[in-house]
Amino acid sequence: MVKSTGTSNLTRSNRNWIRGYSIAALVMFITYQYLLPWEGLPLGIYDGINKWMPPAALNESLVYVIMALGLNIIVGYAGLLDLGYVAFWAIGGYCAGWFMSEFFYFLNINFFGSVPAESPGIHINFWLVLLIGGLVCAFFGALIGAPTLRLKSDYLALVTLGFGEIIPQVFFNGEDFFGFNISNGTKGIVRVDPIPAGVKNLGPFDFGWKLLLFIFLAAVMVFISLRLRRGRLGRAWLAVREDELAASMMGVPLMRTKLAAYAIGAFSGGLGGVAFATHVDGVYAERFNFAISIFLVAMVVLGGMGNVWGVILGAFVLSWVNGNGLAAFGSVYNETFGTSIDFTSFTFLLFGLVLILMMLFKREGFVPESRMKLLMHESELDEEESVEKKKKVGR
Amino acid sequence: MRKSPWKRRRKWGGKGVNNLLVAKNISVAFGGLLAVNDVSFDIPKKSIVSLIGPNGAGKTTFFNVLTGLYKPSRGNILFGDQDITDLPPHKIAEIGIARTFQNIRLFGLMTAQENLLVAMHSHLKSGVFATIFRTKRQRKEESEAVDKAQAILDFAGVGRWTNEYARNLSYGDQRRLEVARALALEPKVLLLDEPTAGMNTQESQVFIDFINKLVAERDIAVMLIEHDMKVVMSVSQRVTVLDQGEKIAEGSPDQIRSNPRVIEAYLGKPKVARK
Ligand SMILES: Nc1ncnc2c1ncn2[C@@H]1O[C@H](COP(=O)(O)OP(=O)(O)OP(=O)(O)O)[C@@H](O)[C@H]1O
Ligand SMILES: [Mg+2]
Repeated sequence: MVKSTGTSNLTRSNRNWIRGYSIAALVMFITYQYLLPWEGLPLGIYDGINKWMPPAALNESLVYVIMALGLNIIVGYAGLLDLGYVAFWAIGGYCAGWFMSEFFYFLNINFFGSVPAESPGIHINFWLVLLIGGLVCAFFGALIGAPTLRLKSDYLALVTLGFGEIIPQVFFNGEDFFGFNISNGTKGIVRVDPIPAGVKNLGPFDFGWKLLLFIFLAAVMVFISLRLRRGRLGRAWLAVREDELAASMMGVPLMRTKLAAYAIGAFSGGLGGVAFATHVDGVYAERFNFAISIFLVAMVVLGGMGNVWGVILGAFVLSWVNGNGLAAFGSVYNETFGTSIDFTSFTFLLFGLVLILMMLFKREGFVPESRMKLLMHESELDEEESVEKKKKVGR
Repeated sequence: MRKSPWKRRRKWGGKGVNNLLVAKNISVAFGGLLAVNDVSFDIPKKSIVSLIGPNGAGKTTFFNVLTGLYKPSRGNILFGDQDITDLPPHKIAEIGIARTFQNIRLFGLMTAQENLLVAMHSHLKSGVFATIFRTKRQRKEESEAVDKAQAILDFAGVGRWTNEYARNLSYGDQRRLEVARALALEPKVLLLDEPTAGMNTQESQVFIDFINKLVAERDIAVMLIEHDMKVVMSVSQRVTVLDQGEKIAEGSPDQIRSNPRVIEAYLGKPKVARK
């Protein structure tokens, strides 16, 4: 019999994480906002940071962190597979594109926007757009969830897959969407409004401050995740993940519980989408491709399904390898050994390999949730047990 | 959800106002197989009634109909004066019918306490925002729920396993925890599907005492599916016998014991006769 693991898991307070998280945030912020531009910084360190983790790459990783945390609620907490999460990223992105740019140039709406009042287009305050993006995504999450959540999980995965293909395609061909231009199609929406942050408006190159902002958004998602997890809804998610039938027999409404996971998870996708639009200063349809959905699922699975810290780590590592790490490694390798291997072309080979190895040797992820660890090794246990039983019967 | 108000308000009348639950002419078909065939059954208040029958008689299927897992192809079920035939399982649980399973279905990777808190889901009110901001009301509700869960765990004799994962408990304790989880729903009717399966005589006796105490102390009625005749005969006020989906006898334990049709149904079924 497995020894007690429940106690520590439950009684360990979640209060202390905020301090650790803040310290890490501050260190990153100071490094990138003050240390990096500082003239006294030795050139070696300056080059090193810019090579291995330049500001833009770091900020992009954080966008991935925000979204992976949302997907974790769907996949990790409620145990529903979503292979089309990129759709929420796109929807969030276009919310930013519509409501804080000159895209609707024939209109002139300015609601606490960060640009002069006479600028054409819709210019709603960034913080509000963040909320709108989140809510619109939550709405779409519930919308596709409602008719599909009754399906068995394999079919559900297929439907989400389709959703993740359709939404980006709609935007990709959105120059003429039933007569309306909703996305500028492949040209994309170029330039979104800067972020109003008190004394200063944050444009595309204010990496340090936006880093802080993204870290904050991720913290909000961590906070929401941890709080919900320990409450009524979180327990219902867990119960549904374990045994849907028993959960419904114990008074848990399956549809509502799953829909809540979908909507809240999608909300985070909206936040990430708006954040990403300000990061790249625009919305470009070709960025929202299927690979990203899979990439996000891999982050959640490799990091440790259901554990926010594992998911953050997974998102960081994978987006870093994909964005900058592998390229930097490749250039160092090629310089040292005088080769000319294009390492970045092996990205997906590498991911595939890592996924396979992880599934073979560490199925529960880098930083697993304790329950998940037990769950992932359950099948092995069962096998052992049944072998033992057979032996006994044989005797 | 489909609701027909006139149906819900309909009284069953006549057949004894004391009945908590009345199932009338229930039939369940799986393809060509009539697993339950025109079975009527009622559960009086504060009673312990049993459903017995050989393997495959349709007992569990009948439970599954009562709890909304299967819709009967014929017949209807009244709970109080409410028609619950078409209610979804979680609604049926919420209004007061709780059950355990023939093969234990606890949430293995949740602690004993969490298992009970899940069952309290429908009685708790806190929504998403209250939980995120941990409002005063939410904290109060949670701590009260935790206290109540502990009381039920103690009552069921598994109080020391509060923070243990359900799957780590011994078989007997898992059975007890499943009953505790069902009790956390504050049911008016408790359906137990072979609760003493795998228990030895002594453990069964403890369990019988527990059930008696339960009915005595709480306003609850128990319906039992049981293979162990000693348990059935000692706790039940009424025994109903199913065979191949049909009700072949109903009466007091003594009447059932001497009923020739029952004896016939059980003979030649070595698995049951053994007991
Ligand atoms: N979901 C189902 N689909 C098809 N057939 C089913 C289903 N559930 C039960 N049956 C069949 O219905 C009949 C009654 O099964 P049920 O489980 O109700 O028997 P039982 O009286 O509980 O038996 P046991 O004592 O073995 O638990 C059996 O023949 C069984 O194979
Ligand atoms: Mg059965």
